[in-house]
Amino acid sequence: MKKSEIRKAYPENSSDPLYSITLKVNNQEITREVSPRRLLADFLRHELGLTGTHVGCEHGVCGCCTVIIDGSPARSCLTFAVQVDGADIRTVESLQNEDGSLHPLQEAFKKCHALQCGFCTPGFLMSIVSQLEQTKGDIDLSDDGIRVMLSGNLCRCTGYQNIVSAVRQAAEQITRNK
Amino acid sequence: MSTRIFGERVQRNNDERLLTGGGRYVDDIPLSGALHVAFVRSPFARAQIISIDTSIAKEHPGVIKVYTYKDIGNLDVEMPLLIPHPALHSPKTQRPLAHDDVFYVGQTVVMVVAIDRYVAEDAARLVDVEYSDPFNCSIEIEEAVLDDAPLVHPDVPNNVAAHCIQVSGNPDKAFQEAEHYTKLKVRVDRSTAAPMECRAVAARFDAVSGELTVWDGTQAPISVRGGIASIFNLDEDKVRVIAPDVGGGFGQKVLLFYPDELLVPFAAMDLDRPVKYIEDRTENFLGSTQERTQIHDVELAATKDGVVLGLKDNFLHDTGAFIPYGIAVAQVASTGILGPYRIPNSRVEYKAIYTPIVPVTPYRGCGRPHACFAIERAMDQLADELGLDRFEVRRRNLISEDEFPYERPNLLFADGLAVIYDSGQYAKALDMIIEKINLDEFNTQQKAAAQEGKYLGLGLSFYVEATGIGPYEGGHIKVHPITGKVYVNTGLTTQGQGHETVFAQIVADQLGVSPEDVILVEGDTGAFDWGVATYASRAAVVSGNAIHLAAQKARKIVLDAAGNMLEASVDDLELGGGEVRVRGSDVSVSLAAVATACNPLRYAFNEAAQAATQFAPAARSDEPALGDGRAPGVETTAYYAPPHATWAYGVHAAIVEVDPGLCSIDIKRYICVHDCGNMINPTIVEGQVMGGVAQGMGGAFYERVEFDSEGNPRNANFMDFLVPYATEVSQIELHHIETPSPLNPLGVKGVGEAGTIPVAPVIASAIEDALKPFGIKRLHHVPLSPNSIYEALQESGGDFNSKL
Repeated sequence: MKKSEIRKAYPENSSDPLYSITLKVNNQEITREVSPRRLLADFLRHELGLTGTHVGCEHGVCGCCTVIIDGSPARSCLTFAVQVDGADIRTVESLQNEDGSLHPLQEAFKKCHALQCGFCTPGFLMSIVSQLEQTKGDIDLSDDGIRVMLSGNLCRCTGYQNIVSAVRQAAEQITRNK
Repeated sequence: MSTRIFGERVQRNNDERLLTGGGRYVDDIPLSGALHVAFVRSPFARAQIISIDTSIAKEHPGVIKVYTYKDIGNLDVEMPLLIPHPALHSPKTQRPLAHDDVFYVGQTVVMVVAIDRYVAEDAARLVDVEYSDPFNCSIEIEEAVLDDAPLVHPDVPNNVAAHCIQVSGNPDKAFQEAEHYTKLKVRVDRSTAAPMECRAVAARFDAVSGELTVWDGTQAPISVRGGIASIFNLDEDKVRVIAPDVGGGFGQKVLLFYPDELLVPFAAMDLDRPVKYIEDRTENFLGSTQERTQIHDVELAATKDGVVLGLKDNFLHDTGAFIPYGIAVAQVASTGILGPYRIPNSRVEYKAIYTPIVPVTPYRGCGRPHACFAIERAMDQLADELGLDRFEVRRRNLISEDEFPYERPNLLFADGLAVIYDSGQYAKALDMIIEKINLDEFNTQQKAAAQEGKYLGLGLSFYVEATGIGPYEGGHIKVHPITGKVYVNTGLTTQGQGHETVFAQIVADQLGVSPEDVILVEGDTGAFDWGVATYASRAAVVSGNAIHLAAQKARKIVLDAAGNMLEASVDDLELGGGEVRVRGSDVSVSLAAVATACNPLRYAFNEAAQAATQFAPAARSDEPALGDGRAPGVETTAYYAPPHATWAYGVHAAIVEVDPGLCSIDIKRYICVHDCGNMINPTIVEGQVMGGVAQGMGGAFYERVEFDSEGNPRNANFMDFLVPYATEVSQIELHHIETPSPLNPLGVKGVGEAGTIPVAPVIASAIEDALKPFGIKRLHHVPLSPNSIYEALQESGGDFNSKL
């Protein structure tokens, strides 16, 4: 645009209808107006500013966008925000302890060099954290067992081996602490 | 004195941020009021645009503007050919938005800018583009090169973009003198890098200062900056390009320009609002470049003892609809075909062929996986034909340690420089892998498995990789006067390779600080704007050495200044723990204080600063505050330009169980012996190799971008394009050899692409070995798949079913 031009007024909203939803995100209750087609991933990232949840494929295959909904891991790219009205959502931003120290799984990822570009990492963390929380001590920590636990998430950098080690290390520590 | 940090398994120093959701990828950058882009893309491979009607789309609520080629001013030109080459006689590059014709499915035709991506996508569907009937086309390179083939570009006969011949030694003589000839034809299919973060561009224009800021998930921010400044006719200083965190690149993000990299800044300037384009996965398959298809006709001329005297290779290289990155991929393949073998006589001829599908630029490996597949399959075949052991035939041809530097006369690498292998211990690597495999044990297992109706096979492959090519990179170091932290800059950028850690290790050794106190800022032209890009496994070699040289200069400044401050001889000083100490005493000064003292001050903002002010006793002098030629602070810059590539290498082997009923494979063991020279951080090296091998496993057995005969992509999503999960990738056993490169001060070689290169021939060789009892034909086409195993078993014609 040229200096002499007067700044144009652009529309602020689309013609999408808005619905009010109330939900808990990372232990904080919020109420927002959302378009019914707003994806949960976009809602978390762009309306709540929780950009730790990443979007890798938008068709539910790569697992980058995994968050925990009411205790279970779920794809936030295949979930509409209006679907989680009343739900309890946890994202990667919630994993650290209150004193700022890392969750044992985060710590293990760091120690084992289980991340490179870091884009897929939050999805892995949320999926595994949820699985470790749900397990009743019947967890299979063999290489094959852990690889099955990881099989909802794609990583293009690490070759998975260090992620396998990190999950084992964290699972053993969490079990010890229980 | 602290011990050397170079070579240590230092934990990465930016993981905590990435693990806690603190990543800063392009779409995470908060840009208030940002508008969003969606593209209308061509539904046809080749067709003519008759008309474009944007009237309905423009009226759609929430749409800001709809751009066709007519609305983009002087951007409506063909984008740059990045790497011209004399053999590239018919280069074609695309326009940001199609103009008259479309050349592949997915080519950008119209850009819609709206208040959010949802609305932008709605409006993109409301744009009415009328096309002619689609033209005939040929997506098979062997057909596309024929005289009567339909042309992608009407003025490029036979669809040949480039034709190149490279000869070394006297191949004709070698072929006359040989006693045995091995002939084969191999094919590698299309694949794509599929980084977990797709490409992304955001731009903001500040009309008051005239500054354009572009966040681009690119491997080449400085080059993008130069291009944008030039194309938009702006001062370079008014354009800042930042590659923030980038979620994997693997080559796909080194191309400039993708249409969006120009159109998004253009729209930001035109509309006076920040604009974003966040590519989705389908678009990554449709519009971001791919790689791999080559068909090689290889012939070896050998003695009866298996010594290869000469090689001839004639190959076709698919470049897709355009060739913006030149012939780099084909050129790398054409020199890599000789592998780690002496082969003194060679003739390689190739043609780069246009096909009306997504353009080709380098993808991790860049021609090496293709060449490696060809030569390694040839070596296996040669061994079989001569009744020799596969390991032995390789041993007889490996370049031996005392032959380095080993030059291949008259060959030019993709950087235009000579092909000179600088160092290596190839025979040692072979010995090591034989020992690690435990051949006797494998032979026993294979026999025992056969008794139980199971089929185990052993595969192997060598590889070489020319890494760390020029032209150059820089390193800039500044010791912060307040904190004593060391800020380091270089021009290239990371997509997860751990630069912030390995570069910190290099600096830490020179300045005696902990790697956590070294802060790397790279990929931001606002911080440092000399350099080129991340490609060809070059960051550790080229930037690493530049930073090392800069750190040495900084060390000298620190020692000289500390010597003055402590009234000690420089020879008596040591650096460690963030301070300079007189050896064997408790007399020391912190690095922060040295940096402050090196900067003559007027204002005493803290205690250390007091000592540097004009009236402080130590600073009082009749001389000017800065002597002749002196600069304030501890700040240095150095550059490193390699004389030519440094050659890394390795050998991989796998033990694979094949189920001939299901035609599935199970990788029982995967073993790598590799040598990337001195390792800065073995943990990071291992991460690079393991990730590369996993990508190679994908390329060997799962990943293939498929097009139908009309050029329509058939699997442009992750449901159908099979990136391996953890369940498809095996554990990898890694063994290191460290042969320093004599070419650079750190003695390092690149490792980024290494893991990917030899996996396909390893897997092919192993499957072939496992299914030998069925007498299957040779596996000369990757990716392999259950289907290809099934077909090979069917074609073997043997009593396949009775053996199950």
